[in-house]
Amino acid sequence: MSEATNGMIERRKQPMARRYGFALLGLVTLAALPLQPQEDWFRTGTGVGVEKVRLAVPAFAARSPEVQHVASVFYAVLRDDLEASGIIDLVSPSFQPLQIPSLPTELNAAAWAQPPSSAHMVAYGNLSFAENQLQVSAWLSDVRNPQAPPVLAKRYRGDLTELQARALAHQFADDIIERLSGGLPGIAQTQIAFVSDRSGNKEIWVMDYDGYNQRQVTSYGFICLTPRWSPDKSRLAYTAYERTSASNEVARTSIHLYSMVMNRRIAFPFLGGTTTTPAWSPDGQGLAISSSRTGDQEIYVVASDGGRMRRLTHSPGVDISPAWNPRTGRQIAFVSDRGGSPQIYLMDADGANVERLTTGEGYAVSPAWSPNGQMIAFAWQKGGENFNIYVMDVATRQTVQLTRDTGRNEQPHWAPDGRHLVFQSTRSGRNQIWTTLADGTGLRQLTFAGSNTAPHWSPR
Amino acid sequence: MRLRRGLRWCGLVALFALVLLAGCKKKPVAPPPTPPPPPAPAAPTATLRANPSVIEQGQSTTLSWNSTNATELRLSPAPGSVGPQGSTTIAPDRSTTYTLVATGPGGTAEASARVTVNAPPPPPPPARMSMEEAFAQRVRDAHFDFDKADVRPDARVALTQNAEFLREYAQARVLIEGHCDERGSTEYNIGLGDRRANAARDFLVSLGISADRVQMVSYGKERPVCTESNEDCWQRNRRAHFVLLK
Repeated sequence: MSEATNGMIERRKQPMARRYGFALLGLVTLAALPLQPQEDWFRTGTGVGVEKVRLAVPAFAARSPEVQHVASVFYAVLRDDLEASGIIDLVSPSFQPLQIPSLPTELNAAAWAQPPSSAHMVAYGNLSFAENQLQVSAWLSDVRNPQAPPVLAKRYRGDLTELQARALAHQFADDIIERLSGGLPGIAQTQIAFVSDRSGNKEIWVMDYDGYNQRQVTSYGFICLTPRWSPDKSRLAYTAYERTSASNEVARTSIHLYSMVMNRRIAFPFLGGTTTTPAWSPDGQGLAISSSRTGDQEIYVVASDGGRMRRLTHSPGVDISPAWNPRTGRQIAFVSDRGGSPQIYLMDADGANVERLTTGEGYAVSPAWSPNGQMIAFAWQKGGENFNIYVMDVATRQTVQLTRDTGRNEQPHWAPDGRHLVFQSTRSGRNQIWTTLADGTGLRQLTFAGSNTAPHWSPR
Repeated sequence: MRLRRGLRWCGLVALFALVLLAGCKKKPVAPPPTPPPPPAPAAPTATLRANPSVIEQGQSTTLSWNSTNATELRLSPAPGSVGPQGSTTIAPDRSTTYTLVATGPGGTAEASARVTVNAPPPPPPPARMSMEEAFAQRVRDAHFDFDKADVRPDARVALTQNAEFLREYAQARVLIEGHCDERGSTEYNIGLGDRRANAARDFLVSLGISADRVQMVSYGKERPVCTESNEDCWQRNRRAHFVLLK
C-alpha cells in the first residue's frame, strides 16, 4: 500500500506500487505551509489546491477555410499542453456535450457542469483569418458560476503557419495554467537545451519543452557539453573543446557564451586549466565555474564578461558542477570528491560554511535546485544499482527516489514551474531526454535520434 | 784599294760557292749503289668516340672507332680485340675511360674516350631515428584504477620511460590527455581526467622534466578508445595519453 492520505507520506519505507517512485502527494503552495523539520514526512508540490481542476476543452471552430489546417494543430497542442501541466484533469471528448461553443453566448454552462462532463471550467473559442493574419479568440469560463463573465477572454494573432499556431496554443495554455494554479507559471513556452551527437559530434541543441522543433545551435565539429540557459533566457553558457593547433591534436576546454537573440557567440576569455560546468547566478550577472588553473579543479565565480574571477573552494581533489540557489542566490551546491567519492556539498556564495548534503554513500552528482530554492534534485548511484534521480528537501535532508529499475538516469533539472523535471535516461536503449512530473508520473520521451544528454530547462 | 776589295769579294763568293757545291755534291764514295729501301710503313692512326659521352647509370652508349694502318686493335677495358672500324653498345655502371690501342707495322696508336656515368646518390647510411619515430616507439600511456588518479607502479614505469625520452630529446614538448571510463558522470569525469593528466605531469616534473614542456587537457569520458562494457575496455580508457606537440 503506497497510497497517501491527506498528502502525507511516512518516511518509513512503503512498498513501491508505482513504477517510478512512490507518489509525492501533498500539495504545497509557494508562500504558505513552511516545512516542519521535526515531522517524519515531507511534501513536494505539483500545484495548489487539493484536487486537479477539471477542465473541458472542446474543439475550436475554424471560421474560415484558410485556417482549417492550423486549427487542428492548435487544438492538439492546446490539449497536450494542458494535459502535461499536471494540474488539469482534462475531460475526455467522449464525455463532452454535443454542442460545441465557439463564443460565450453559445456556451450552455449547465450542460458542461453536469455529468458525464462534470467540468469546473471550459476553454473554448475559434480561429479566423483576419487582416491577413491567423487570429485566435479564446475564452475560459467557470461553468459552475455561469453568471460571472469569462475568467479569461483572449485574442492571439500570428502568421498563418503551423509553427505560429503551435506558439499561440502554447500562449493560451500558459494563460490558463497561470490562472488555474493561482499564479504559478506555465511552461508551454519554455525551451530545453541539450547535447546531441546526431550530427556526428556532440553539439548544443535546443527544442520546445514538448520535444518539437529540435534545432542545432553550435557547429564546432568537436565536443560541446553542459549547456545552461541564462536567467533571462537570452544566452546559453556551455563547455566547449577548442582545437588550439592546426594539426587538431591539441585542444583545451573552455567556457563559451552564445546569444540566442543575436544567434552568435559572445566573447568570453579563456580562463586557464580545464574550465567547465558554468552556472549562471540568479541575477544573470555572473557565472560559477570549475577551473583547474591552479592544478586542481576548484569552484570560482566570474563576471559574465569573464572578469573579476574569485576563488570559492580550497580543497584538493575535484570541485565541480556548481549550482546557485535560484531564489536567494546566497548558496551554491556543488560536487566534490574531497571525502573520497563524489558527493553533493553546500556552501555560501562566498565559499564559507561548506557542508556535505548527501550521505557519503555511493556516487552523488548533478545537483539541481528547484525554483523555490527548497529542494535539490540529483543523480545517485549506490548499492550496486544504476544511477537514479533523487529529490532532497534541503532543510530536512530527507530524500525521495524518483526513478527506479529502468536504465541509467542522470542530469536532472527543474522546469520553472517547480512541477516538472527533465533528465537523461538510457531506459529506451540509448541516452535520450525525458520529462516527468515531480511525483514521477507523466513521463514523456522527447528525443529519439542519436544520443541525447545534458538537458537544461529554460526560464519562461 | 778598290781592286783588292773586289778580289777579296770574288774570292769569298767563290769560296762560298765551293762550299755550297761541295756540300751538294757530297756523295759517299765507295760501295756500288744499293737499291733504295722500301718506304717505311705508315704509322697507324686510331680514333675512338663515345656517343653520348654522359649517361645515367643503367643507360647505354655507343663506342665507335676507326683506324688506319693497324693490324691489331684492342679496345679496353672491353670488349677487347676488335676490328679496324666498328662500333659497339656498352652500358658501364660507372664512369670509364675506354682506350683503343691500334698496333700495326708502323707502330702503335692510341685513342681514348671517356664515358661519364651519373649514378644516383648512394643510399644514405642508416640514420639516427627521428624524434617522431622514437616517440611512437618509446612513449606509453599511464593507466589508472577506477575513480583514482594515483600513479600506480605500472604507470610509474611508463612515466619514467616517457621522462627518459623527454630528457633525450630536449626540444620535445608533449600534451597529456586525461581520460576516464564510461561509468562515471560526464561532468565529474572531466575533473577526474584533469586529475589524471596532472598526476602524470607532476610525476614527470618530479623526475626533472620542466613543467613548461607539458600541456594538459581532460577529455573525461568523451574520447574512449573502446566502447565495450567490460573491465578490459574500462581499464584501457582510464589513462593519461601522451601526444607529441609539433
